Amino acid sequence: MYEKNGEKYFVVDSHLHFWDASPANWVKGQEQYAKGWIECFHAYMGLGPAETHWPLEKFMKYSEEDFVHDVFEEGHVDVGVFQSTYLKEWYTDGFNTAQRNATMAEKYPDKLIVNGRFDPREGEAGLKQLEEDAKRYNLKGVKVYTAEWYKGSRGWKLTDPEAQMFLDKCKELGIKNVHAHKGPTIWPLDKDAFDVKDIDVAATSNPELNFIVEHVGLPRIEDFCFMATQEPNVYAGLAVVIGGLMHARPRFFNKVMGELLFWVGEDKMLFSSDYGIWEPKWQVEGFVDWTMPDTEEYSDYPHPTTETKKKIMGLNAAKLYDIEVPAELQLKNGGAPAAKEDAQLVESA
Amino acid sequence: MSAIETTTASVIGALAEVYDPELDEPITRLGFVSSCHVSSDGEVEVVLRLPTPQCAPNFAFLMAADARQVVRRLPDVRAVTIKLEDHYTGAEINAALDRGEGFTGAFPGETVDDDLDALRHLFLRKALIGRQSRLCEALLARGESPERITGRRLEDLPEDHPDARRCVELRRRLGLADDPSSAAFVLPSGEPVAPSELKRWLRTARLVRMSLEVNGGICRSLLQVRHGVAIDDPEEVLT
Repeated sequence: MYEKNGEKYFVVDSHLHFWDASPANWVKGQEQYAKGWIECFHAYMGLGPAETHWPLEKFMKYSEEDFVHDVFEEGHVDVGVFQSTYLKEWYTDGFNTAQRNATMAEKYPDKLIVNGRFDPREGEAGLKQLEEDAKRYNLKGVKVYTAEWYKGSRGWKLTDPEAQMFLDKCKELGIKNVHAHKGPTIWPLDKDAFDVKDIDVAATSNPELNFIVEHVGLPRIEDFCFMATQEPNVYAGLAVVIGGLMHARPRFFNKVMGELLFWVGEDKMLFSSDYGIWEPKWQVEGFVDWTMPDTEEYSDYPHPTTETKKKIMGLNAAKLYDIEVPAELQLKNGGAPAAKEDAQLVESA
Repeated sequence: MSAIETTTASVIGALAEVYDPELDEPITRLGFVSSCHVSSDGEVEVVLRLPTPQCAPNFAFLMAADARQVVRRLPDVRAVTIKLEDHYTGAEINAALDRGEGFTGAFPGETVDDDLDALRHLFLRKALIGRQSRLCEALLARGESPERITGRRLEDLPEDHPDARRCVELRRRLGLADDPSSAAFVLPSGEPVAPSELKRWLRTARLVRMSLEVNGGICRSLLQVRHGVAIDDPEEVLT
């Protein structure tokens, strides 16, 4: 819980990691990729305030104590969701698997939720693993990373026929939240790997599932917005928007938030710190303090209210994950839904 | 001293014509050219550096291939080596370019589009939308009416404005009308934007532009963090 100026915010951090990217976990022969991946993440940390930067060595593998301190003690987070990311071609035990994340979640069962993952290229074995994981970790969500390398393949799409089998399996297992993260590779390589069209198709065909697009589809924010405005079950995960822009590029942050509030709406945006890339503390505090400037440049954008921020900071995610919110932290009037914009706008582009 | 006409400066000048297709900005302004060397007997080596080793292989290939093409055209240049450094697929891309091959040569079996034409086309369209939105906003800020703006022809745009020049270039490459008397503001189909539709069109066009600009901003920030280089930055500077 975070309190500022007499207002109390219930904080759900919907994108956390507890990774091991230390050299001991690099796959032999793949060191270039394992090292490149974590160094790239570390560069992103550099977009936050200087006093929150860590040395690379700590960044590669932080401790349970670091996590508890940064997320719960200092970070104001009431409940966090682990977005398990495997990358087993590069990291021997995986980057942060459900199993590894669960070691932390088991100690804080009321505060941490573990999301699983699937990869349709794993076929029957993958389906079976998803079933086992769902049982073991009581999964309500999965993370899918479409740019993961797997046995010579550099990616997959949610419209691949095998993917629907996994989405059906999710429904059967009571998994209702699919966090999709697009990356730079996909097959065939000539296509735009960041295209979110496959999420659009999957969201339309699977209305029982919620699709949370991580990093708001960056670098395709525009395609994401055009999709999210039309699909009631598509949400925006704000990781990287807050961590990567709020401090480093505040004007762009205003604009991205303005566009998201306009196209996606305050009921479908979720706070996410992406810890350990960025600590939640400065992001929570900064976001609560943030206002849309009252100048001509931003006059066309919705201006966030305290209620807007309460929803984004935690109440929206609490609904998706059936998290009980203490009465004093709920919205006073129950929260009127935000106005929805005319989807026809998209066709005029 | 180089005895040939082409110099490092002229190579950099040529590279300024190479655009990051995803961001619609010259690679020189983005800080992607990390070094450039011209030997006295006409061998040119250009090293390119992208913000992350994971940057998409297709865009990386396009920039490297375009760089090679513009440098080859310079006088007295006998050989060109383009090196993409610190990139997951740098070795594949560099080797294919050395062999004079296209994208299929770099990634056999993983692609069917040797020239990446479809990808290029998609981003030229986004770039045109973005550039037009910037021009349109400038005219609106001057108090022009939607009728006046949509009635403008290419020849009515300020000639020295970089966005206006780039719009003509993008339209030519997209196969859209680019004669001076054609409508200045067009949809991707080439249809002129109607006055009654201008506001709606601008709302979406501005989003496209914002996306391009924000991505450019993130790329600049990452390069600054990783290499500590000062990069020509039209927006905010990381503090």
